[in-house]
Formats: sequence, C-alpha cells, structure tokens
Amino acid sequence: MELIIDEIVAKYNYWIYVVLMMIGFYAMIGKRNLVKKLLGMNIFQTSIILFFVSTGVKKGGGIPIVDKYQALAGGVDAATIVNPLPHVLMLTAIVVGVSVTGVALAVLQRIYKEYGTLEEDEILEKTQR
Amino acid sequence: MSATNLHLFVLVVPLLSAFAVNLLGRSSKQWIAPLVLGSLAFSVIGSLVTLARVVEHGTLRYTVGNWQPPFGIELVVDPLSALMMVLISVVAFLASFSSLKSVEQELPGREPFFFTLYLILIAGLFGLVLTGDAFNLYVLLEITSITTYGLIAMGRGRAALSSFNYIIMGSIGACFYLLGIGYIYILTGTLNMADIARILPTLNAPVATATAIAFVLVGLWIKMAFFPLHSWLPNAYSQAPTGAGTMVAPLMTKVTVYLMVRVILTMYTPALVFTHEWITNGAVWAAALAIVCGSVLALGQKDLRRMLTYIIIAEVGYMVGGIFLANANGLTGSILHIVNDALMTLCLFLVVAAIIYRQGTVSLVSLQGIFHRMPFTMAAFTLGAFAMIGVPPTCGFFSKWYLILGGIDGGHWEFVIALVFSSLVNAVLFFRVIELAFFGSLADGQHHEHTPSERHEAPWWMLKPLVLTAALLIVIGLSTGPLVNNVIRLMIPIGF
Amino acid sequence: MTPIVSIWPLAAILVSLLGALPIILSDRQPNLRESWTILIALAKLAIVAALLPGVLHGGSYVFTIAEVLPGVPIELRVDALGIIFALVASCLWLFTSIYSIGYMRSLDEHAQTRYFASFAVAISATIGVAFAGNLLTMYLFYEVLSLSTYPLVTHEQNAEARASGRKYLTYILGTSIGLALPAMLMTYAAAGTLDFTVGGILAGKASPELLALLLVLFLFGFAKAGLMPFHGWLPAAMVAPTPVSSFLHGVAVVKAGVFAIFRIIFHILGPETLQAANLGVVITTIASVTLLTASLVALTQDSMKRRLAYSTIGQLSYMVLGAGMLSATGMLGGVLHLAMHAFGKITLFFCAGAIYVASKKKYISQMDGLGRRMPITYFAFLLGSLSIIGMPPLGGFISKWNLLVGAIEGDQRLLIVVLLTSSLLNAAYFLPVVYRGFFAATTEGGEDGFKEAPLLCVVPLSLTALASLTMFFYPDMFIKLIRLALGAG
Repeated sequence: MELIIDEIVAKYNYWIYVVLMMIGFYAMIGKRNLVKKLLGMNIFQTSIILFFVSTGVKKGGGIPIVDKYQALAGGVDAATIVNPLPHVLMLTAIVVGVSVTGVALAVLQRIYKEYGTLEEDEILEKTQR
Repeated sequence: MSATNLHLFVLVVPLLSAFAVNLLGRSSKQWIAPLVLGSLAFSVIGSLVTLARVVEHGTLRYTVGNWQPPFGIELVVDPLSALMMVLISVVAFLASFSSLKSVEQELPGREPFFFTLYLILIAGLFGLVLTGDAFNLYVLLEITSITTYGLIAMGRGRAALSSFNYIIMGSIGACFYLLGIGYIYILTGTLNMADIARILPTLNAPVATATAIAFVLVGLWIKMAFFPLHSWLPNAYSQAPTGAGTMVAPLMTKVTVYLMVRVILTMYTPALVFTHEWITNGAVWAAALAIVCGSVLALGQKDLRRMLTYIIIAEVGYMVGGIFLANANGLTGSILHIVNDALMTLCLFLVVAAIIYRQGTVSLVSLQGIFHRMPFTMAAFTLGAFAMIGVPPTCGFFSKWYLILGGIDGGHWEFVIALVFSSLVNAVLFFRVIELAFFGSLADGQHHEHTPSERHEAPWWMLKPLVLTAALLIVIGLSTGPLVNNVIRLMIPIGF
Repeated sequence: MTPIVSIWPLAAILVSLLGALPIILSDRQPNLRESWTILIALAKLAIVAALLPGVLHGGSYVFTIAEVLPGVPIELRVDALGIIFALVASCLWLFTSIYSIGYMRSLDEHAQTRYFASFAVAISATIGVAFAGNLLTMYLFYEVLSLSTYPLVTHEQNAEARASGRKYLTYILGTSIGLALPAMLMTYAAAGTLDFTVGGILAGKASPELLALLLVLFLFGFAKAGLMPFHGWLPAAMVAPTPVSSFLHGVAVVKAGVFAIFRIIFHILGPETLQAANLGVVITTIASVTLLTASLVALTQDSMKRRLAYSTIGQLSYMVLGAGMLSATGMLGGVLHLAMHAFGKITLFFCAGAIYVASKKKYISQMDGLGRRMPITYFAFLLGSLSIIGMPPLGGFISKWNLLVGAIEGDQRLLIVVLLTSSLLNAAYFLPVVYRGFFAATTEGGEDGFKEAPLLCVVPLSLTALASLTMFFYPDMFIKLIRLALGAG
C-alpha cells in the first residue's frame, strides 16, 4: 500500500497527464456535441504535450536561455538548465494542434451552416431523412 | 539543384507549385493545370532517376540545413523510399488528369484552393517517405492528414461530417504515435531513426520499449484503417469530392503501411518487434479478421465507391498480415502489395471518377448496361477487377502469391484461408458489377436485340490515365521478377 | 535432347490473340471479319503442325516470356503431351470457325464481332494451356480461358444466359481460386519449382498425406474437367450458341481441364509417387462415380444438347479414369481418348446445331424421322456416336480398348465392370436417336422431303466424322506422342 502511494506521489505529474488524457479521450468518444469532441481532442493533445515537456525537467534546473558569450567562453553546464529539445518539439506539436483545431472549426462552421445544429444525434437524424 | 539533392527537389517542386497555384490560380484558371501536371511530371522523372541511382549506388542521404544527424533532421533514400517516391509521383500524376476534370465539374470556382491542398498533400507524402527522423515523421503525417481533412470537407452533403469524424479519429492516431515517440525519446534521448535502432536494443527496458512500440503501431493502425479501427474510412473516402478520392484512396493508406514497414524495419529492427510469438500470431489473426470482415462488409454495399472503400480495408489487412508473418516471403509480398494495391485502387477509382463525371452516381443500380455506354472505361474496370481478384498475369496475383507463400512458410493457415476467401469474395463483388454492366435491362427469355446504345464515353482527358493505369497493371505484373530482385530484396533484413 | 529456344510457341498463341484486333476492327464488314478468323485458324494450325516433327523426334521447344517469380518463370514449352492437345484444338478450331460462320449467318445472330473476337482470345488461351511449361503458366492461361469464354457463354444476353454465366463462373473461378491456387502454392512450397517434369517434382519431398490433399485439391480445382460434384456448369452452359457449346465444351474448355489433370498426374505429382502412396484408387473412384452417374442422367435428358453435355461429363471421366490407372496402357487410353472424343463429340454437337438451323428443333422427342430429311447429318451423327461408344471401325474404339486392357492388366475388376457398363449406357443414350431419326414416323407437324443444313455447316461435320473414321486406321502418331509424354521413349 505504502509502495503504491509512494509511486503516485513521486510521479504525480504523470498521473495528472493520464487523467487529462482519459478526460480528453472520453470527451472525443462519449460526448455528442461536436464542439465538445473538438475540445476533448485538444485536451488529449495537450496532455501529451505536457507529458513531453515534463520529460525534460531536471531538479534545480533553470530556463534554458543562456548568454551567448558566456556559453562560447565557458560552455554550458547541462545540469543547470532544463532540456530545451522537448520544448522545441512541442512547439511544433502545438502548431500542429492549432492547425487541426483551425481546420476542425472551419469544418464545424460548414456543418452548422448545412444542418443548423452541432449535436451529432440531431445531425444523423437529419441525414437519415 | 545538383545530383546530390534531386530527391529533395522531388518534394520541393510540388510544394512550391502549391503556392504558385494559389496565387496565380486566383487570377486565371489557365495556370492551374500546367502547374499541377508540370510539377508532378517533374516529380515522376526525378523519382525515377533517384530510384535508378539508389539501386546502383546504395542509400542516399541528405542533411537538412546542414545540421548533422543525429541532432539534425536527415532525409534518407533507400531502395524502399525510392520505390515509394516513384509510386507516389506516378499515382499522383495519373490521378491529376482525372481530378482536374472532376473538380471542374464538382467544385467550379474552387480549383485554386483544391489544388493547393492537393499539392501540399503530395509534398507531404514525399516527405513521409524521405524522412529519417521520427518526430519529423509526425509533423509530415499531420501535414498530410490536415490537407486530407480539408480536401474531404470540400465535398457535398455529409462530407463535412465525415471529415470531422476523420479529424477526431486521425488525431487520436497521431497522438498515439506522438506518445510512442515520447517514450522512445525518454528511453534513448534521440529522434533519429537509425540512432534509435542502434540504442534501443542495448537498453534493458522491455516494458517501456514494448509500450513505445505498441503506441506507435496502434497510432499507425488507426491512420491506415486497420480493422477494427477502420470506421472513419468508408464515409470519408466515399463522400470526398471525386477528385480528392481518386488521389487519396490509392495513396494515404498505402503510405501509412509504408510507415509501419519503415518503423519496424529501420527504427525498431525486426528483432525487437517480433520477439514474442503472441505478438506476431495475434497480429496475423487480426489481419486475417480484417481481410474477412472487410470483404464481407463490401458485399452489403449498394454503391460502387463504398464497396471499393471496404475492399481497401481488406487490402490493408493483407499488408499488415504480410509484415507480421515475419518471414522473407511475407515481407516481400507486403511491400509488393503496397505497389500493386496502389495501382489497382487507382485504376478502380479512376473508373469511378469517369462514371461519376458522366452520370453523377455510381450506385450499383445505375450501372446497368454501362458496358455499352462506356466500353473503354469498363474494359479498364474489368482489368482492375481481375487484378483485385488475383488473376495472372495482373500484378495483384503476384503479391498474393508471395503473401500466401509467406503464410504457408510461417504455418499461418488462417492467413492463407483469409486470402483465398478474399479472392473469392472479390470475384463475387466484381462480377456482380460486371454482370450488371454487361447485361443492362433484361426482358426475360428473349433475345437481346442489338440496339446500338449511345456511346457516352468518358472525356479523353480522363480516359488516357485510365487506360495507361490498366496497362500498367499487366506491365508491373510481368515485371514482378526484376522489381522484387532489384529493389525489394534489398530491403529484406538478413536472416529473415 | 536439349530443348530448342524458339519463338514459335509464343507465335502460336499470339496469332489469334493479336488477331482479335483485326476482327474487332472489321466490325462493319462481315466478310472481311470472317476471313480474318479463317486466316488466323489456318495460320495457327500451320504453326502447330510445323512444331510437330521436332517433337515427334523427341525434342521440345521452349520460350520464356517473363521471369516473374523465383524458380517459376512464365514459360512455354512444346512437348509431346502439349502438342497432342494443341493439334486437336487448332485443327478443330478451323472446323468450328467455318461451322460458326454458317450457323451465325443462318440465324442472323447479334453481336457477331464480340463472338468471333472472344473466340479468338479463347483459342489463344487454349493453346497457352497446351504449351505451358510449368504449372503457373498453365494456371495463368486456364484463368484467361475461363474469363474469355464468359462472353461466349452469356452470348444470348437473356435471363437464362445470365444465370448460366453466373453458374459457370462460380464453379470454374471458385474452384480454380479456392482449390487449385492453394494447391499450387503448397506444391511450390514443398518442391521449390513448378516445372513439368516426367515423373513429377514431388518425389521424396511430400508426405503421403500432403500428396493425397494436393491430389484432391487439384482434381476438383480444375473443375473444367467436370468431375462431380463440380460438373453443374456444363449442362448450364448449353444455353450458349451451338458452335460455342460444341467447341468450347466439347473440345477446348473441358479438354483443358482434363489436360490440366493429366499434367498434374504425369508431370507434377508423378505416377510412381502416386502409386507408392496408393492414390490411384482415389482418382479412379471419383472418375467412376462421375462416369456412371453422368451416363445415367444422360439417358433422362430430352434436350439434345443437354444429353450431349452429360455424355461429355461421362467421357471426360473416362480420360481421368485412364490416367488414374497409373499403368502405361491405362494412361495411354486416357490420353488417346482426349483426341478421339474431341473429334467424335464435336461431330455430334455440329449435328445438333445443324438440326437446329435446319428445323429449329432442340428436343430429341421432336426429332423422329428427321434422319430421312437430313441423311448426311444423321449419318455423321451415327459415326460420331459409334466413336464415343467405342465401336470399330471408329477411333474411339482404340482408346476404349486401351482403357479396358489397362484395367485388365491392373487386375482392377471393378473398373472393368464400370467400363463395360458405361459403354452399354453410351449406346443406350445415343443409338435410339439415330434409330428414331431414320426409322420412326415423322412427328406431328413435321414436313417430309430433303432439307439439309446449309453447306457451311454440313461440310465441317462430315469432315470431323470422317476424321473419327480415319483415326481408327492411323492412330500411330498419337500413340507415339503419348508414349514420349509418359517418358517411355
């Protein structure tokens, strides 16, 4: 029992990401409103982005912005700064997420114009007719 | 441009043309066709030259921005990539002829936007087959997916809703892939595929490695519509504008299958993925199930295009099963089937595009007697059907040969039976259509008097690529020997 | 003797495949179109005849079309067994073409261009089956044959034709894809090659169980041979015009099926290997059951073409029976019957067609007294039937005699009974037709007086009947070729 609580407490951030992921996943699959599905997708992507970023964190590490001349002269001590690579990768991932969201919203606008509603079951009803 | 980066230009030219189409196309529609066809023709030639060069000299590499790997992004052209480049460029080129006509009819006035997305999609596909970096793959995967979402949403009726569904499912897939790559990054600290392959086996983290592999594979399976993760495909592909479907249907799923092959062969190495019997067995059983279910679901369809989309799902089963057979014949068959299936699907979708151009629908009922109205189109359809069924000497037979042989070699009789079953069901599906097309309306028991029905064949613009593709089915079939020996064999890992 | 590399085998196939093009292009000029057909038929016969002397001396001709798979190219080889089939097929195609022209013109049939073009493609495929050098090539041409005969079977384009076409494809494609294809792949997996070799390729490489499985899969997989229960397509295909029925189902399509089985038994599985695994019994049992059942059913059929169809099913089983005896004489009889039956059966079908053209009659019960009005046709019918029954002085006697001797030699008493019984049944369903034609009173509504079929129909059927007669006196060439094929030298 102790072990489990230790595990959870030690890696609490990962557990939060898992919870976020599940919330997002549930929203995508379980919700009937299309906008809510989209929000779920965003939450899902965000949780993964957070996961990635957190992999670069170090105890006591600072922001990875250094003075150029200092770095050229004395090198950079990796232990003092957080790993910047995941941040950079996640910038890209955020951009991708934003693009997808943008496209999805444009598509939702079209759906709304076509059907007048954004509830999935109502739309399906209209298409069956 | 020099000899060393021709392969990069194969990607860049369509990309730049996309912007040119957008800008110039707004002022005058005359610009669009030459730009699209010109850039794709360049890509065809460029990729053929690259293939020849790779076969002769070995793998080519290109470092982007001169940042050396493993930190920089690297483009790697090995025989499989080069083959895929040729495939993508040829299929896109042939499909463009037909798409230009379809879009003119279905989306008048929106051609610049359509073809911008179209060309960016193709550039994205080139990027997917060229990249040697795992994260870059994610980005390109999303580029291709986003453009596909846009293209599909441009259709009429329920297209927007199908596109939205595709967005949701596709994003889940991409996120799973990203998650898997995240695990890999945590484990190895690198994102370069060759580097990962080097480092991963030396670690002693079986659970984490397995999870990484699983997430990546499931993500890709969602993207390629591997049963039972296929639900987005039939709606998305059958409601897309015809011009989009003609190019996307043959390519997207096949490139995603290629990605799976690439991930297994280059990033993870087969030794790591195929360690456990229950993984390979399970995957082959799942593939057999995919084949059977895809085929059976196709039987219930009343629209030719939807029927074809379910057949695509079955064909994905062929390829996934072939890889997880984990032997040389299976892998050869799978890679060969990527090429063959792309061509067969292209042929059939070109037929669909031609028929829709002429009569606006491809419901099975509307196809009665179409053999007399569109003989060349239906002749090409017949050839495509034979290829799907697996009649020699069309290409479809030879990939089936390798796949069945791989199944026999590996003792996976369920896969062999599924393949034979699928051939028989395909025969039923296609001959049902051919019969309808051939016989037309019947008067019971009477002689059919030869009434010359008006010939209303597809326009020349659409007929040319169709006939060429149908002929390619036989040419590629007969050239299977050189293709396998000179290109595909180079990709089979030693010891398989 | 080392095989000679020559393009003539390919030429033999291509001459009618490419010839389909001029036929399609001469759509508007029927006489030109028909002369193309005759020209191609003559050319094909000439090429095959030119290849004959080399083969008679023990040589063979090869040509590789494409190296498609490791160890299994698409390859043509003209050897003794193949040239028998090719010779019979090309010779009879010439006759059938002439007959077709007469038949189609008299009835003013529709879509004649499609008919003649499909015919040309079908005969290419038949020669392809004959000249195939390995199992893959033979399978390829077998499938092309199935597909190219579909437009011929469904020529009438009415509901009946549609249903028959569907049945045709279901049986033939279903078995070739479902049974023959897996069997072919399993054979390749076991042997590493699919080349036709005297004595078979599986000696020592396959367990008796695998051999038994492969044998059954192949026997039923090549459903063109009409072994029960996959025979149902044959009677259904009688809805096609008579020249189609006569040639394709009396000669080319069904013979391709039996030929394929011959290739399997002689050159893939191997008689000695089968003998060692005691599998000859399997073949002879399936064949005997089909034989007797088909002959019995033939007795009940009133439609002339259907009676002939069931007779064909029976006769095909004779050939398979002979091969299944796995003895030299039995196999000789089986293969010889391929040639004898071809000439005999085609005569009978030609006569049936001639009767339809001249008097529009399809049912035997309506044909009483017809022999007096069409004596030439009925006399030819008599000769054809006698050949099939196996009476001297017709060619069929030699093949059936060899079958009987083979059964006696092998001390297979059951087979002797089967053979004799079925000969009686053959007589029972053929001879009454002739008898009633000549001697019975004319059926009501019939006219008297001489009214033969048109010349273009009568000449071919007389020639084939005479050929059946001639082959009794000169069977040596065929016998020599068969002995070469079986490796007896």
